[in-house]
Amino acid sequence: MKNRSLVSISDYTIDEQLKILKLAAEFEKNPRQKILEKYVVASLFFEPSTRTRLSFESAASQLSAKIIGFSEAGSSSVSKGETLKDTILTVSNYSDIIVMRHPHEGSAKYADEVAPIPIINAGDGAHQHPTQTLLDMYSITKTQGRLDSLNIAFVGDLKYGRTVHSLVMALCQFNTTFHLVSPTELKLPSYVKQHIKDKNLAYHQYTEMNEVIPQVNILYMTRIQKERFSDPIEYERVKDAYILRLSMLTNAKENMKVLHPLPRVNEIDEDVDSSPQAYYFQQARNGVFVRMALLASILGVI
Amino acid sequence: MEERKELKVNAIENGTVIDHIPAQNVFQVIHMLSLNECENQILFGTNLDSKKYGKKGLIKVNNRYFDHDTVNKIALVAPTATLIEIKNYKVIDKKNIVIPDHVSKFVKCVNPNCITNHEDVITKFTVIDKKDVKLQCRYCEKTTAKDNFTFI
Repeated sequence: MKNRSLVSISDYTIDEQLKILKLAAEFEKNPRQKILEKYVVASLFFEPSTRTRLSFESAASQLSAKIIGFSEAGSSSVSKGETLKDTILTVSNYSDIIVMRHPHEGSAKYADEVAPIPIINAGDGAHQHPTQTLLDMYSITKTQGRLDSLNIAFVGDLKYGRTVHSLVMALCQFNTTFHLVSPTELKLPSYVKQHIKDKNLAYHQYTEMNEVIPQVNILYMTRIQKERFSDPIEYERVKDAYILRLSMLTNAKENMKVLHPLPRVNEIDEDVDSSPQAYYFQQARNGVFVRMALLASILGVI
Repeated sequence: MEERKELKVNAIENGTVIDHIPAQNVFQVIHMLSLNECENQILFGTNLDSKKYGKKGLIKVNNRYFDHDTVNKIALVAPTATLIEIKNYKVIDKKNIVIPDHVSKFVKCVNPNCITNHEDVITKFTVIDKKDVKLQCRYCEKTTAKDNFTFI
């Protein structure tokens, strides 16, 4: 994968994706290594994203890379009117790889066309966030011992969440049975469902999560945002139905894990945190190992 | 009959005739083929009578032959057009326009949040449906359908 940008999850074959997950497991065993000592990682966040940025910067730091960059467009020359192309070309002179988050869809692809060095897409608008997908896949493999033939539930806003869309598409390669729990207004878009159908996989749709919990290996929670509803009364009516509480986990499989891309607001009650099923903070931790694996592979040191 | 209608726009000795252009799109075709910057003699007519389409447009470019990829771009606005190559006042080749696999420039991406609508990026699309003419943006991957075409 040396010098290969990661703009969209489909840029890497299944074998390459699995190779990253395997490598991430190696880094988890031995995270502090001075293998990127000679490299400079540019971290360009044109819109704020504390979690993703810190996770990347932690991954780079633990491997001894130097990090340059900015955490919001306001503190860069973008605020002076510099084009994305100019920013990318300039920063390419100062670094070996660029990690970027940008509010516009397709910006990572464009940056990749312009840049002489590889790009890792850390989120381009509502389009793609492939490192989140890889860390979700890593968390599933790690907790279930496999990716194949699992029952996976997605709960909450399935319409707007790019995290959900990318993960569903990636899981279509692994004979997954999907359980889709959402308010009617926030159902999974038909083009994503079409992807499931194309692979002849089963999916079930629900508006309540209770009956789903005992059936699944993974419960992937997402946040429902008030502004997604055209009718505020509808929001008030449904919001409580998508909050996970400890009492609901009584009949869950022993090894079932609750994932969430974070930040959470109130969709997972804090009493769940102490349950053996809670996995969202470890999931965030896994993101560091996956990003280490990506940086090391793309920079060609492994 | 046909001969007399053709003569509303003078015949050319050598060059290319693009016929059966939807009348309202003649100027768009001129723009797409950069004919406004072309130094050759160009004759064009619009709102001409057409048996097949009622009204049509027509462009004749003297001493110039187009490669087909170039002309196929106009399929987006003139799918009905025919391309006629003339030598010594005689038709030597006649072809229908074919919708290309890829389209660059000319059309805006329908997604307001696409990078191509915020920076000076040349739009690039893959034609994913030739029948209904649907374009998928190379950058944001959103689909722009014929009804939403805005020409640059």
